[in-house]
Amino acid sequence: MDLAYSPPYQQFRQEVQDFLEKHRQLWPPRSSLGKPSAAMKNWQALLIEQGYTARTIPAEYGGYGGEPDILKSRIIAEEFTRAGAPGGLAGQGVSMLVPTLLEMGSEEQKKHWIPRTLSGEVLWCQGYSEPGAGSDLASLQTRATEDGEDFIINGQKIWTSTAHEADMIFCLVRTEPDAPRHQGISYLLFSMDTPGIEVRPLQTMTGLAEFNEVFFTDVRVPMHSIVGERGQGWQVANATLKHERGMLGDPDIAATRLNAIVQLMQEETVDGTRLMENPLLRDRLLQLQSRVLAMQFNGLRLLTAQIQGADPGIARLIVKLQGCELNHQLAALAIDALGELGILYQDSPRLRNKGAWQRSYMFDLGLIIGGGTAQIQKNIISEIGLGMPREPKPAAASGGAR
Amino acid sequence: MEFALSEEQLMMQDSVTRYLADRATLDTVRGLIAAGPVHDAGLWSGLAGLGICGLLVPQEYGGAGMTLLDAMLVQEVLGRHVVPVSFIPTSVLAPLALLAAGTAEQKQKWLPAIAEGRMQVAVGLSEACGARDGAGVTVAGAKLSGRALFVLGAADAAITLLCSSEGDVYAVEQGAAGLERTSLRSIDDTQCLGELNLHDVTAELLPAGEEDVIPRLLDAGRVMLAADILGAAQKMLELAVAYSLERKQFNRLIGSFQAVKHLCAEMAAELEPCRSLVWYAAHAYDAVPEESRLMACHAKAHLAEVGRFVARSSTEVHGGMGFTDLLGLHYWFKRIGCNRQLLGGPERVREEAARVQGWI
Ligand SMILES: Cc1cc2nc3c(=O)[nH]c(=O)nc-3n(C[C@H](O)[C@H](O)[C@H](O)COP(=O)(O)OP(=O)(O)OC[C@H]3O[C@@H](n4cnc5c(N)ncnc54)[C@H](O)[C@@H]3O)c2cc1C
Repeated sequence: MDLAYSPPYQQFRQEVQDFLEKHRQLWPPRSSLGKPSAAMKNWQALLIEQGYTARTIPAEYGGYGGEPDILKSRIIAEEFTRAGAPGGLAGQGVSMLVPTLLEMGSEEQKKHWIPRTLSGEVLWCQGYSEPGAGSDLASLQTRATEDGEDFIINGQKIWTSTAHEADMIFCLVRTEPDAPRHQGISYLLFSMDTPGIEVRPLQTMTGLAEFNEVFFTDVRVPMHSIVGERGQGWQVANATLKHERGMLGDPDIAATRLNAIVQLMQEETVDGTRLMENPLLRDRLLQLQSRVLAMQFNGLRLLTAQIQGADPGIARLIVKLQGCELNHQLAALAIDALGELGILYQDSPRLRNKGAWQRSYMFDLGLIIGGGTAQIQKNIISEIGLGMPREPKPAAASGGAR
Repeated sequence: MEFALSEEQLMMQDSVTRYLADRATLDTVRGLIAAGPVHDAGLWSGLAGLGICGLLVPQEYGGAGMTLLDAMLVQEVLGRHVVPVSFIPTSVLAPLALLAAGTAEQKQKWLPAIAEGRMQVAVGLSEACGARDGAGVTVAGAKLSGRALFVLGAADAAITLLCSSEGDVYAVEQGAAGLERTSLRSIDDTQCLGELNLHDVTAELLPAGEEDVIPRLLDAGRVMLAADILGAAQKMLELAVAYSLERKQFNRLIGSFQAVKHLCAEMAAELEPCRSLVWYAAHAYDAVPEESRLMACHAKAHLAEVGRFVARSSTEVHGGMGFTDLLGLHYWFKRIGCNRQLLGGPERVREEAARVQGWI
């Protein structure tokens, strides 16, 4: 147990702090996951040049080309959080497709797509879920049939985040309908401008259309746009899901949010008394603080395991479940503490924090569901973590939960 | 930067575990406490043989000179095996009190005996975190009077360390005139608790103390109780999973029912981050003192909550069997329930955490 950073790392931390301070005027305004602004793209380019994002991605693919150094990555994350500075691009392209291509893509795919994705030039969406295939993703039905050098795609995707803005899609389709479920799927990359694609935004509970339905009618896609082998799409997708789950439930977000609630409860008053004076609200705050701390230290433990190449076991499997739930509970406390002020939304007078608490409360419920629901996480924890029996498979369809 | 246990720490935990797996089986423990709460001298001398009793005693006094993190790791194993020995008062609180406030002579008198496992010490801290039934100890002319409740440690402890209402630590000897000890019987017979009534009892002040001797002792005690819950709760989770893989109903292992799987997953998801929290709190006690009070409060409060959840959920997974004495699951259930209240229940401890942070 040694939580000190050695001098070279302390110096690195200082460099990151200095950089952030010096370039404060270049910080782009925080944006949602859609198309990056020009300011964001410039910031991204600067961060790559410094090695503060895309750090270990080879320079020939548009990354910084640094040696993997988990501690430096951690320091970068810590300092950006501490300063409240916007990090690099983190859409589904950067967070999910790029690692997947690095692991499974052809040289040509890497050279072509990774630089454009990292720079923010190309925005991606993830076409996995279908109306009939959510948790049971392997039952997906979107068909791709062979026609000369091309696939012809027919079917429908749903819950496809940012599809209405995206340039490209990484998409799961069934190429081998007669093969066993998990062996008939292929992973394709194609343009959202391809004729035959129709995107219908789906209004969500937050009031923003964060995701969409995507319809494919005779969409013609060259066969070489496949990642990995034909029929291997399930394995390729699982590589992506691994990266998605790593992204959800980050305890640093919970810590930032906790600090914001502490401030809120110290500043806001009811009947002229600070909210912090209310013992019930305070006790809830402290219970959540215990959880945030536990998850942060769990994160340090995972980090050490990663450095040592050790398997952290259950400590890793629980992060998505516990982290997303914790964020949701934090937003719930902020709303309860604000009481009637907490229900204000949109552009209402007296709105607090631009309505972020309600938006987080709702959006976090989406994150509890998306990327493998809480129940699916519990299946994984009990089956993989605790060695309990897998779900018995009904005759028709089941298993292979995402 | 390394947030993990060292080889030596793992080896030490392993050696205590191996010793207890043979010597402190559930049947043994059951037999030892059949007649009520005890501190078992036999197990204690075995632990002394492993060098555990003097873990926190500096080497110059015959101990191992280790840190609270090491002691925490031992306590986790003791909790896991519901061992009826008074490690926390004798081997943790007493050495820490003597090191913080004892004179050279007092240290010389007591620390070597503690390290060798020859001496038991009881410690009364309850009044420092909420006096019940009008308890409290006052000093007049170097003599102690009053009452101390929930004193931790063996009934026949050679000395008892008590805190006075002024915040000083005193040692009173077993059998001193005017001292009367009654055992308090809790749900958990693996831990000894006493009530001391004092009438002008001759006592020895531990004079060298800084202002925060008693709060520091509370921090250490809370981390240790959290560690005990961690070990006990981990064992209860493992027992639940194991039982679910043996017991069949409706021609299926009950562990294949999703309701049971999810309950076990929830226990694991709640408990696993606790391990890191307790590690950090124990580490902070020595290495990051400015955070130690806050972390001790959180470790104690959070483990109390998670421990209670695991204790009842594991019992439920066992069905009627979980409720019986036959299986003995209740020993862990009760140990967790007892630890939850000692040195401050979660609500009280969280209130202290709010104060430490200047929130109120
Ligand atoms: C905000 C948000 C963004 C998303 N973005 C994308 C995206 O960009 N691309 C994409 O492809 N998908 C996306 N999704 C889809 C997401 O992955 C699915 O919603 C999720 O996998 C669940 O599938 P479902 O909605 O069909 O629910 P279902 O699978 O129908 O689940 C309904 C309920 O049944 C439970 N359930 C299902 N199977 C089991 C089981 N085996 N055991 C126990 N309980 C079970 C679930 O836990 C849930 O409570 C997004 C979802 C959300 C909410």
